Amino acid sequence: MIEIDKVTKTFGAGDVAFTALRDVSVTIRENEFFTLLGPSGCGKTTLLRLIAGFEPPTIGAIRLSGRDITRLPPNQRPVNTVFQNYALFPHMSVAGNIAFGLEMLGKPKDEIAKTVDEMLRLVRMEELKHRKTSEISGGQQQRVALARALAPHPEVLLLDEPLSALDLKLRKEMQIELKRLQSETGITFVFVTHDQEEALTMSDRIAVMSGGRILQIGNPREIYERPSERFVANFIGASNFLNGQLSAGSVTLEAGGTFTVEPPQGVADGKVSVLIRPEHVTVAGTGTDGAALTATVENVVYSGEATVAHLKLKTGEAIKARASNLPGASGLLETGVQVGVSVAPGAVTVLVD
Amino acid sequence: MAESRMQKPPKGYSVRTLPGFAIVAIFTLITLYAPIAILVMFSFNAGTSMAIWEGFSLRWYQQAVANEAVQDAAMRSLFLALVAASVATVAATMAAMATTRTRHFPGKTMIYALINQPLMVPEIVTAVALLIVFAAIKVWTGHTSMIYLIVAHTAFCVPFAYLPIRARLETMDLSLETAAQDLYASRWLTFRRVTLPLMWPGIVAGLMLAFVISLDDVVITEFVKSAGQETLPTYMLGQLRRVVTPEVNAISTVILLAGAILVSLFFRLTSKRG
Ligand SMILES: Nc1ncnc2c1ncn2[C@@H]1O[C@H](COP(=O)(O)OP(=O)(O)OP(=O)(O)O)[C@@H](O)[C@H]1O
Ligand SMILES: [Mg+2]
Repeated sequence: MIEIDKVTKTFGAGDVAFTALRDVSVTIRENEFFTLLGPSGCGKTTLLRLIAGFEPPTIGAIRLSGRDITRLPPNQRPVNTVFQNYALFPHMSVAGNIAFGLEMLGKPKDEIAKTVDEMLRLVRMEELKHRKTSEISGGQQQRVALARALAPHPEVLLLDEPLSALDLKLRKEMQIELKRLQSETGITFVFVTHDQEEALTMSDRIAVMSGGRILQIGNPREIYERPSERFVANFIGASNFLNGQLSAGSVTLEAGGTFTVEPPQGVADGKVSVLIRPEHVTVAGTGTDGAALTATVENVVYSGEATVAHLKLKTGEAIKARASNLPGASGLLETGVQVGVSVAPGAVTVLVD
Repeated sequence: MAESRMQKPPKGYSVRTLPGFAIVAIFTLITLYAPIAILVMFSFNAGTSMAIWEGFSLRWYQQAVANEAVQDAAMRSLFLALVAASVATVAATMAAMATTRTRHFPGKTMIYALINQPLMVPEIVTAVALLIVFAAIKVWTGHTSMIYLIVAHTAFCVPFAYLPIRARLETMDLSLETAAQDLYASRWLTFRRVTLPLMWPGIVAGLMLAFVISLDDVVITEFVKSAGQETLPTYMLGQLRRVVTPEVNAISTVILLAGAILVSLFFRLTSKRG
């Protein structure tokens, strides 16, 4: 269990001071696949570096299994890192790299040899044991970096965008492999990515970050379906934002229609903005009868598996409707026509902002 | 040459077609290499002249090898170059670590300047300054060993050793050292197992460059040496004031060969990556 307790990190001082992390608190559970997700420059790497001990926090404390490790140097923390650029030692073989951590821990020779073989098997690299690290492919280097970090069996493994340099196919394979490794080893993984899909498919929980803050922590479902604020909703998946009036547990949209909602804490009755995911919006058909909302078709985009209709509500607000394409489905909506729009029950989420 | 052909601008422009290119090139090559070629040639002259060819022989090499003054000077030169280059390389390695492995600190530029001082101050100025200081110390202590030469040579060798080491360290990925620490290596083991092996080619290159520079030095040596402390270059200079025989050519050819070998090793080491 890692506890990040009110951590602030400021680089530099005076005029050039830059605060990369602001009052960040999070508890990462044992055996968890925990993902830090956020745009470039939001402080993901900085948070990893603090956990690894490469930098001290300016304010706050970091505890590992209840022990305060805030001032412990990196070589005394049972935490290993898979670096974004892998940082494999170019003067050592694949096996030499994997053995390094164990040698530094002073493990006996035969135990080291055994663990190295075990690790090579785990990442399926047995044949390349004696290769130089400059003579293997990017995906193989990535697996060596993983094996090197796993070999000393740390309590926590930090992974800084380890898949970003790989092509799509290899990336998908490695995602599955990482999940397998995590469940086989039982090590806590702290994983950094700015790919929302990767975060959603791999994580037990996700922390969405922006500007040095954690905006929301939750499991993939919560993050996707109940984002707390507009930034989170926008960053993950496609979104529609509409204005409405909240009163007594239901929202009446300005564009029409009343929906039961579970308002988040701290949101008072009155004017609110709500999120509706495009796949929860359906075009009910031409004509306007029956549906709570009516809209004009602006534009229709076909993208293989789905079709997205860009609509304009009578309030002038834009809304997207996404529908999976069924085999043999007939032609597309025509632009300019009036349509009824319906929203799936429970699809309206009130945002905090 | 191959490279310059590859990078040739598309319009058929070539530096070779510029008027006078061939003449300048030939003139440059001749002024650079003809005297050396002649020097080497006459080291094999059978006669005593440095201008009239009288047939091939190795007599000047034999004479030089048999000459006790040459032996003495050669040994002193080698000893001096070895000690000065080694000490300078250790100092330069530490300086390079300190200037590349630390955050920017006030006075860092000043330190670069100090380390590279021998490259900027004219050698004759350093020589005179050392002469004055060492003369005072010699009078005061009565001590006249090689130590003065060693100190002087070490000092001016430092920047030559420093430059390739620093270049090597600067191209080295800092995250490798971070990775070593992450994998439980102490600072010393990080240095021993990661930094040192990776900077080793730079260190060897620095050592060889410093060695050649020390071996070759005349000005500072001439000013600093005590009586009877001839090095090969100062011995040869002394010879030139008297009778000049191709013996000097023979010694020069040997130094040339040694220098050429070391410098080409230096280039091989510094151009190799990883
Ligand atoms: N040593 C440093 N000195 C000054 N500023 C720094 C330092 N390290 C990071 N920063 C700044 O802190 C902010 C967060 O950096 P960080 O590397 O944590 O971002 P990130 O979320 O990992 O981004 P990316 O997705 O691009 O890797 C950035 O604005 C960066 O410029
Ligand atoms: Mg980063």
